[in-house]
Amino acid sequence: MGATIVEKIFSLRCGRKVKAGEVVMAPVDGAMIHDITGPLAIRNFSEMGGEKVFDPQKVIMLFDHQIPADSIAAAENQAFMRMFAKDQGIFNLDIREGICHQVVMEKGLAAPGEIIVGADSHTCMYGASGAFATGIGSTDMGFVLKFGALYFRIPESIRIEVNGRFPWRVGAKDLILAIAHDIKADGATYQALEFTGETLSGMGMDGRMTCCNMAIEMGAKAGIVPPDMVTYRYFEGRRAITPVDISSDPNAEYASWRSYDVNELSPQVAIPHNVDLAVPVEEVAGTRLNQVFIGSCTNGRYEDLAEAAEVLSDRMFSDSVRVIIIPASRDEYLKALRAGLIERFVSAGALVEAPCCGPCMGGAFGLLAPGEVSLSTSNRNFRGRQGSTEASIYLCSPATAAASALYGEITDPREV
Amino acid sequence: MRVWKFGDNIDTDAIIPGRYLIHNKPEVLASYAFEGTRKDFAGKVRKGDVIVAGRNFGCGSSREHAPLALIGAGVRIIIAQSFARIFYRNAVSVGILPLICHQADEIPDGADISVNLKRQVIECGGKQFTTEPVPGFLQDIINAGGLVAYARNLEEIQTCTGSQR
Repeated sequence: MGATIVEKIFSLRCGRKVKAGEVVMAPVDGAMIHDITGPLAIRNFSEMGGEKVFDPQKVIMLFDHQIPADSIAAAENQAFMRMFAKDQGIFNLDIREGICHQVVMEKGLAAPGEIIVGADSHTCMYGASGAFATGIGSTDMGFVLKFGALYFRIPESIRIEVNGRFPWRVGAKDLILAIAHDIKADGATYQALEFTGETLSGMGMDGRMTCCNMAIEMGAKAGIVPPDMVTYRYFEGRRAITPVDISSDPNAEYASWRSYDVNELSPQVAIPHNVDLAVPVEEVAGTRLNQVFIGSCTNGRYEDLAEAAEVLSDRMFSDSVRVIIIPASRDEYLKALRAGLIERFVSAGALVEAPCCGPCMGGAFGLLAPGEVSLSTSNRNFRGRQGSTEASIYLCSPATAAASALYGEITDPREV
Repeated sequence: MRVWKFGDNIDTDAIIPGRYLIHNKPEVLASYAFEGTRKDFAGKVRKGDVIVAGRNFGCGSSREHAPLALIGAGVRIIIAQSFARIFYRNAVSVGILPLICHQADEIPDGADISVNLKRQVIECGGKQFTTEPVPGFLQDIINAGGLVAYARNLEEIQTCTGSQR
């Protein structure tokens, strides 16, 4: 029996053949901590008797959830982490770079075949580069900081084969919302989602990141796209890496197979209050909105902003809706700035914020009042995720968000 | 032990909303537990009470503040039909015992419950339900009293020496 890409990565890093279901103490190639989960991880590391982190160069630190510090408590947490970074010789990207997951990707810190952990559930996004990446809690992270390794139960994989060409103004976010609808919020618990097929091969890193980012919304431990030319080209100028042969064998064993044809896919909208409640946009068109948020680790990249700007064209956003646009990172911000997108958004009436998690954090700013309705390109529409538990959140693609912001109500991007 | 009953897909934003993640102390986090989704919980929960839930308890964010808030509230056992992966690991790490019981939905809110860990049996209203065993490698952490205590006793580790448990 052959091996899946996930089994191959663990075999590669363990130096012996291992299979799904085995529990191994595997070495970790990178560990990411941010301003929310970092302070607890550091305290746990110290309480475990940790003095020096396993390898300061493999620890990635940055702040993105509450930046610039929105309270004294947040400022204290960040000051505490800064001091730790200085003591340990960890390179701290601080508040400068943007959302952790986007920054890890664009700095090339998650390479094909590596095992990366992050104290944040959307760490699974790095699977877009062919790494095995998973979110862990703060105590597990404390353990990683001390030992540079962690217990992993090697997951079985669900193979998702996607073929066809996306129709006009339909893309990766619509695909992953449709997949989440089918697999459900817990349908992939303790498993990995392996994305393959001609649609994925033709997809840029931005779309692959959107897909892998939302693997956790189905309970998955990881999402992964086998590395190919698109992957290796992405690393050019970011980090020198050696290609690894980790593609799944044709006779690899999967927990299940699913196939999708995107030729007829409609724009998808996840309705409150669960991510797996996706419906075609037609079913919710006309829903009045108070706020539209375009951004997050799921959809805050240049390509997402360009998609929103293309839909917007030279029109104005509706006065009846608050439009908040946040590039995912400084790099993406600069790209959008140089392309004139930021000027376009601001002219159209949007509030453009500096790179950070924004309303998706549900604490820093952009919160919703009871009874309000938000449409968001982020990844979670849980009750209370963006403020009041009596508010409603809908999730969609950047194209659908921009179209809806034009009219102040959920709008089919193919009709504007 | 009183049962606090919850449904399916209880996410960690519901357990502890994002705006309280600036806090790190269990007793402080506990005062905000389930704010907005189960308003009577934080005020009425007593030490030793048990949370019983449906499928996918603790889904969403990896915030360890969620199990910490429940620890602060005095909860030591959570029984659910299934758990989200990160929450399950986090619960064990901080010293909460997550028990999988497929008939958890038959246990009513407010019920008096007793849990026999050795026999892996829950008794409630004259009925008995069995719980699934915790995986071996996590049992070692539970026995140590959580991952911090487990790790404190480790001088060094050997990587890739796992077993098929």
